[in-house]
Amino acid sequence: MAEPLIDCQDVAHTYLRGTPMAQDALRGVTLQIRAGDLVGIIGPTGSGKSTLIQHFNGLLRPTRGTVRIAGEDLWAPQTDRRRVRQRIGLVFQFPEYQLFEETVRADVAYGPRNLGLPEDEVSARVDDALRAVGLDPGAFGPRSPFSLSGGEMRRVALAGILAMRPEVLVLDEPAAGLDPRGKADLLDRIERLHRSGLTVILVTHSMDEVARLARRIVVMHGGRVVAEGSPREIFAREEEVRRIGLRLPQAAELVRRLRQRGLAVPDALTIAEARVAIRAAIREGSRGTV
Amino acid sequence: MHEPFIEVADLEFVYRPNTPQAVRALDGLSLSIRTGEYVGIAGGNGSGKSTLARHLNALLQPTAGRVCVGGLDTRDRSAVWTIRRQVGMVFQNPDNQLVATVVEEDVAFGPENLGLPPALIRERVNWALETVGLGAHRRAAPHLLSGGQKQRVAIAGVLAMRPACIVLDEATTMLDPEGRAEVLDTVRALNRREGITVILISHTMEDLVDAHRIVVLDGGRLVADGPPGEVFDRIEDLPGHRLDPPPVAQLARWLRSDGLSLPRGLYTVDDLVEALAALARTGVRPDG
Repeated sequence: MAEPLIDCQDVAHTYLRGTPMAQDALRGVTLQIRAGDLVGIIGPTGSGKSTLIQHFNGLLRPTRGTVRIAGEDLWAPQTDRRRVRQRIGLVFQFPEYQLFEETVRADVAYGPRNLGLPEDEVSARVDDALRAVGLDPGAFGPRSPFSLSGGEMRRVALAGILAMRPEVLVLDEPAAGLDPRGKADLLDRIERLHRSGLTVILVTHSMDEVARLARRIVVMHGGRVVAEGSPREIFAREEEVRRIGLRLPQAAELVRRLRQRGLAVPDALTIAEARVAIRAAIREGSRGTV
Repeated sequence: MHEPFIEVADLEFVYRPNTPQAVRALDGLSLSIRTGEYVGIAGGNGSGKSTLARHLNALLQPTAGRVCVGGLDTRDRSAVWTIRRQVGMVFQNPDNQLVATVVEEDVAFGPENLGLPPALIRERVNWALETVGLGAHRRAAPHLLSGGQKQRVAIAGVLAMRPACIVLDEATTMLDPEGRAEVLDTVRALNRREGITVILISHTMEDLVDAHRIVVLDGGRLVADGPPGEVFDRIEDLPGHRLDPPPVAQLARWLRSDGLSLPRGLYTVDDLVEALAALARTGVRPDG
């Protein structure tokens, strides 16, 4: 079995350690992310999701435990953290707030240029990154980022990270604040990036989003990983999900309620699945009664 | 019949007028909202929702047209403070709205600025915190609360001003599912029990299922105005195409088009469960 791309062993993190304000944000997280995975991290506010992902690229140093990237201990003295960090692209919440250059092209080029890459390589990367997020480099490159819509600005910010050519894309609430069309476009882009070989880690509050996209779900609560599994496995544990303040995806909730009413409805996590499941159940039900 | 509390007539608003960056955010919008109504305002990013919200308590003044609140014109400078006391605003990010280190001090901030006597301030703060269900957290530090609790503190701060109307601009966007449910339940209770006029802005249609009426904006114009079930049924036919019906409404539509004889206007899990259970009982076989 290949080595995990990200390997967290017993990672703990305490903010303001040694002060009266000390707060344990992570209390021993052990977690592996494998190359090519699409992992959703869910959990209520304050469960440690954002703290955890900042350990993936060394923005935060664990108070205890180790983080390995492709086998390399991120905090070992000999590790070139700058190089390792480039493998993990972290997209924060509302990343468009961090846009600052005069043109879209200059903004996306900022990271690769800082790597000291030759200008033609920078330029090629910018073109690729803009295309990957669905923005035509010719049309959008010369524009001011601040003349764009919210969804377009967010895609420019994402392109800035992609231009660094990371192996892993970590996104914290990537669709927050976008309208449904903007949200669907962005999630579609992320799915395509995953299909093209990128490992994707998605932090989200939306159970519907994670049910649709993720191959694997990690559930956090109180600074710990409390469950891990496929969306189907996780949302089958309805009581637990509810107890920590999360909800079922709407389709799963609907199926659960229909079963309580005596309808034999198969599992469904998305409304497209629910459509098929309900049709089947109603058909069966009517056959029984006719 | 309630009389209109808010009257928006032919409202136009242009950001950075007379510059090359001029943006027409509202383009001839008319709308009236009665006392005690719960109105959802939906629309895609850039449809003008937030710009409209900022006109309702005179944070913005119309470029053309008119906005009246409780009979007062928002362009009348002497009326601005009266209007702001009547129309409270809650914004998206709870962390940007809380100012004090203790919950009750935060809620007292508004009434203190009004120069009310301390006993009355205390009474209002107590009432506001009880109303949003945070009476037990009065001494807590706001930054240690959950997102939903923070937003409820922000709502309590607005309530302590005893407004007739509360406007929530994407106030659920940054919350987890439980926080979102807490805020929506609180807002619903404010409207149903306290009779406060509620204007809830969101581009997530599921947030708006408690509204009496949903108004949809696109390109700074009003493109739909009606009860939730009716608006959800035609959401995909509206210009702009930036909105989705709530998942349950979408599913009900699909099942109807699959030949299941479901009534129109279903949009909550409860309603769809009832309708499907009834359908299963009658044993009607779908076509196809």
